Amino acid sequence: MKINILAFGVAKEIFGSSEVSLEMTNDATISNLKYLLEQQYPRLKQLSSYMLAVNNEYALPGDTIHERDEIAIIPPVSGG
Amino acid sequence: MNTQILLSAQTLDIQSCIDWIMSHESGGIDVFIGTVRNSTKGKKVLRLDFEAYEPMAISEMNKIVAWAFERWPVQKILIHHRTGLLQVGEVPVVIAVSAAHRDAAFDACRYIIDTLKQTVPIWKKESFEDGDVWVAAHP
Repeated sequence: MKINILAFGVAKEIFGSSEVSLEMTNDATISNLKYLLEQQYPRLKQLSSYMLAVNNEYALPGDTIHERDEIAIIPPVSGG
Repeated sequence: MNTQILLSAQTLDIQSCIDWIMSHESGGIDVFIGTVRNSTKGKKVLRLDFEAYEPMAISEMNKIVAWAFERWPVQKILIHHRTGLLQVGEVPVVIAVSAAHRDAAFDACRYIIDTLKQTVPIWKKESFEDGDVWVAAHP
């Protein structure tokens, strides 16, 4: 399945875009996605931390990704 | 309605926040106003640029508000947050809480700003004379 990942803040600069697409297997998890992203964008590993969100909720490493989920990469937040 | 949450690219109107939170049932209101500081670690800050993942930011702010209502006897809660470019002295965030008694208002307001800074997907980029930095991005 093809998934799209929204990027914000420093992640948008690392991706060079506010959205990227990846091809993944149908039973892929958040940790599979992190691994793939870090292969393609090694600068992610230099961040203090980052999370992934699925459908506007912070996701856990074991969560499964489904086609058409809204996925976003959440670098360290700094609002306020 | 006992909650007002807003993300806005326009200047925040502090007086309208206070007008909305005031009520005859309240014994007090607590208002936190964040402001853009002119320096970070001794370096002159030119401006800040705020970006939000808007639907998730609204959802996370709603969660914080729901938890604050559960934890403290407060009456109304308001969170207004800016997006876009802000100059030194401008206001990125206003939080207002009303309660019958001040302890609840102070405690809830403190909890809301502290948690917002940890969980709400909003990012700021600081501009210095020698370049830009996404705050907290790198160790």
